Amino acid sequence: MNAVAALVRTVEATPWVMPNLDYTLLAPVLIVLGAGVVSVLFEAFLPRGARRPAQLTLVFLALIAALIAVINLQDSRGSAALGALAIDGPGLILQGTVVVIAILGALLMAERGLDPNGDAFAARASSLPGSEDERQFTARGYFQTEIWAFFLFAVGGMMLFPVANDLLMMFVALEVMSLPLYLLAGMARRRRLLSQEAALKYFVLGAFSSAFFLYGAALLYGFSGSISFPEIATALSSKTGETGLVLVAIALVVAGLLFKIGAVPFHQWVPDVYQGAPTPVTGFMAAAVKVAAFGALLRLLYVALGGMRWDWTPMLWVIAALTMLVGAILALTQTDIKRMIAYSSIAQAGFILVGVIAASPAGLAGSIFYVIAYSFTTIGVFAIISMVRDNNGEATHLSKWAGLGRTSPFIASLFAIFMLALAGIPLTSGFIGKFSVFTAAMSAGDNWLVIIAVVASLIAAFFYMRVVVLMFFSEPTEATATVEIPSVFTTIALAAGATVTVLLGIFPQPLLDLILNAGVFVR
Amino acid sequence: MNSFPWLTVLGLVPLVGSIVVALLPKSKPALAKQLAFAISLAVLAFVVVIALQFDGSTSAPFQFVEFHDWIPAFGVTYSLGVDGIGLVLIALSAVLVPITILAGWNDVEEPNPESVGSVKGYFALILALETLMIGVFAATDVFLFYVFFEAMLIPVYFMIGRYGGAQRSYAAMKFLIYSLVGGLFMLAAMIGLFVASAQILGKGTFNWFALVGLNIDPTTQKFLFLGFFFAFAIKAPLWPFHTWLPDAAGASKPGTAVLLIGVLDKVGTFGMLRYCLPIFPSASDFYAPIIIALAVIGIFYGAFVALGQNDLKRLFAYSSMSHFGFIILGIFVFTSIGISGSTVYMIAHGLSTAALFLAAGFLMQRRNGSTLLSDYSGVNKPAPVLAGFFLFAALSSLALPGLVSFVGEFMVLLGTFQRYMWVGGIATLGIVITAAYVLRVYQKSMTGPVGNGLEGVKDLNGREITVLVPIVLLTIFLGLYPAPVLNVVNPAVDTVMTVIGATNPEPTVGLSSTTSEGAQQ
Repeated sequence: MNAVAALVRTVEATPWVMPNLDYTLLAPVLIVLGAGVVSVLFEAFLPRGARRPAQLTLVFLALIAALIAVINLQDSRGSAALGALAIDGPGLILQGTVVVIAILGALLMAERGLDPNGDAFAARASSLPGSEDERQFTARGYFQTEIWAFFLFAVGGMMLFPVANDLLMMFVALEVMSLPLYLLAGMARRRRLLSQEAALKYFVLGAFSSAFFLYGAALLYGFSGSISFPEIATALSSKTGETGLVLVAIALVVAGLLFKIGAVPFHQWVPDVYQGAPTPVTGFMAAAVKVAAFGALLRLLYVALGGMRWDWTPMLWVIAALTMLVGAILALTQTDIKRMIAYSSIAQAGFILVGVIAASPAGLAGSIFYVIAYSFTTIGVFAIISMVRDNNGEATHLSKWAGLGRTSPFIASLFAIFMLALAGIPLTSGFIGKFSVFTAAMSAGDNWLVIIAVVASLIAAFFYMRVVVLMFFSEPTEATATVEIPSVFTTIALAAGATVTVLLGIFPQPLLDLILNAGVFVR
Repeated sequence: MNSFPWLTVLGLVPLVGSIVVALLPKSKPALAKQLAFAISLAVLAFVVVIALQFDGSTSAPFQFVEFHDWIPAFGVTYSLGVDGIGLVLIALSAVLVPITILAGWNDVEEPNPESVGSVKGYFALILALETLMIGVFAATDVFLFYVFFEAMLIPVYFMIGRYGGAQRSYAAMKFLIYSLVGGLFMLAAMIGLFVASAQILGKGTFNWFALVGLNIDPTTQKFLFLGFFFAFAIKAPLWPFHTWLPDAAGASKPGTAVLLIGVLDKVGTFGMLRYCLPIFPSASDFYAPIIIALAVIGIFYGAFVALGQNDLKRLFAYSSMSHFGFIILGIFVFTSIGISGSTVYMIAHGLSTAALFLAAGFLMQRRNGSTLLSDYSGVNKPAPVLAGFFLFAALSSLALPGLVSFVGEFMVLLGTFQRYMWVGGIATLGIVITAAYVLRVYQKSMTGPVGNGLEGVKDLNGREITVLVPIVLLTIFLGLYPAPVLNVVNPAVDTVMTVIGATNPEPTVGLSSTTSEGAQQ
């Protein structure tokens, strides 16, 4: 507690000066969070009919402005807000990716052409599922626009997450990102009980993991006397030999982040939430949370804990191996496409961890490439899942996908491309991603982890190809779903997902250049 | 050498053709077939032009070389080039594709109760596959080779899974999983090779020319060799990695089976020759005895199982496995004549497999697609032309002197004798069993009293004869005069021999030329 007392004394002793916040460096985040505030005001003051157009305009304008702001910063390096944020190459790339994925996610969420009753969200989340209220609201064609405020705050949190350079900011970003997502997960229009159960599970387990993170952060602060990553790194390198508690601290902090990534053994929430949440939210969450959380994990491990890598690599080695194998094996037995993709996302998180473990610039670049490639593919996957429907909404049972290759060859082919990309077949982005993380791991001497990854890829290939078998090698049955034609929103998101998946598979060099030239994290 | 990108253009022609065929309206299946056939003929013509320009006497090992950066971050280049071995295999693909298309003219009908795919889809897949086959034989960058090697699975997977017989879905999945097992271990080995090259050269590379002669330490070589060899052994297929082949061949259309066994499986043996031997010479030397043992087991295993098979397609698949034993044997005895023989055998086997599968396919079509040998007898009375072609295919398969398969088999055995007399002696016995099962098939199906349901069988029509005649002519021509193939293959084989540092056992002087003359007699 001496440290706290010392801090208090320092605060008392120094005269108060206006902190320099570097608003230009903060601009992308501020734009999005500011738009979130405006979005709340829209909800309060605009008439019902004007809300949707106003919100959509606001969301897309804010996101595009944030993207421009990120691009403007491309040559900026340094720390902002008194060292709480680190603006550097990898951070900006991840921020930019989050914004682009958010634009695509917003397109999916804005879709109103697929469900005959409106969008993918409950007419009113507060009404009891199956009640007369709910029927009334649905019949009158009500829909919610609060989702856009939640969405903007979540995006703001995600943008903060990979650039947060101290434990407190990382925790704030984690919560700003997560809380709106818990709510969004519970707002599905169809199968609302499942959706609400998912939200509650996500919230309870998420809160649990936040507590882990916070406890670990407190221990780290107790050890180093600072919450700032660079100072923690300095403390770790100068105070060797007192690492017993530090190891516990690292385990707790990392566990908090691994939860968001969905790594085994912190993965139990993933299938339920992926299945229960409204599909556009699942798609956005699956893609963007991975980008943000891997960014945060990389920064924490490489900047703050870089000196301790001989201690955390064995732990992550085991977790990566388990994540890949458990994800791939459990995905084999799934009969629901959303659950299958959920387990696949667990396995994919394991593959990215293989790159993280390399603890080298190649590992950093490989992980970032992989997570970017993965996020675009994921958006495409969920765009298609939201389009395959029958009378009861989305037809997520795998048996209803039988023969889709016959009835809707184009969409089925696109889905097959996404499956091939996730399976890591050459000429797709997934292959280059796998290749770059495996290369980084092998260069770092983790040969056996790569062998395990190869075995897991093989198991994973089996269930990805099973979907292809269903779509293309089976006859359509009476139960086969139809592919609804979406509006321009989903079409753009799908086209972007497919284009990036194929382009990064054939011409990965521009993105690789961008990532490699971005360098490493600033200290 | 001029700078026109011959190989790239050659690969693009079928690719563009494939896209055009796939975009044709579904209502015009006939147009799709005609267009696909025309494109495949154009590719063949293109290959002939390239082959005529190929200079067999030059010292440069690779010709029509193209070199561009592709993914500099990983040292990956888009580099193409052919040596004699690559050239003859590209030529084999280019010959077999139009034959397959013509043979499969009516194999996929619309609406088809058995398959789920469209007519144009089948032909588009064949053309897409041709692009990848050209690419795989022309790549001189390990990464690029791997990309083609893996991408090739996809069209074949769909050709089996959408257009095959009763077991198609199971067979397609089995084929894919087996291939992916090999492919992914090869990926791991390839990354290991990249890392090893980075340690030696300072910067990692996938360029074949840079990797050959890289002195990777022997222990690492042994691991990396296994990764590559495993993939190629599954593809080839070498005993005991073969179990996918009978299922895949049994569930495929005859045309698919021809491309699968006739060309695709050659990628395995080609890969051993192009990648395993030159890049991992000491590991190749280390593993050669084991591989030779497996190859000899494969020769006998395949032949014996074929002897007891009642399903024609599976029988031919096992017979191919036996023949692949010879090809792999010839490669791993490390003699010029053995390796040249293996290359000739690859061509011969491609042709004889095509003849067997297609003739048998025509036969099966005439009896509601039954593949059971016991359903056929006495076909030579109602359909003498069909029986004649079938006999020719059978004789080509058992390596009758005067046919190209004899040249290949003889050279392989000669090369084996030079190095391991006993192995050569044992392998020769395999020929006897081959003769036994091949003649058994002919005798059971074609001779004797006319079987039930076969009385009114129609003989081959014009299209079917057109399909088989070129194969027959090529088999005879190259059997009597193998020089065109040997002349381009021999320099490439000499390069391989130099690279792996192997010398032919005494006496070597003049042996190569005397044998090819001997084979011509």
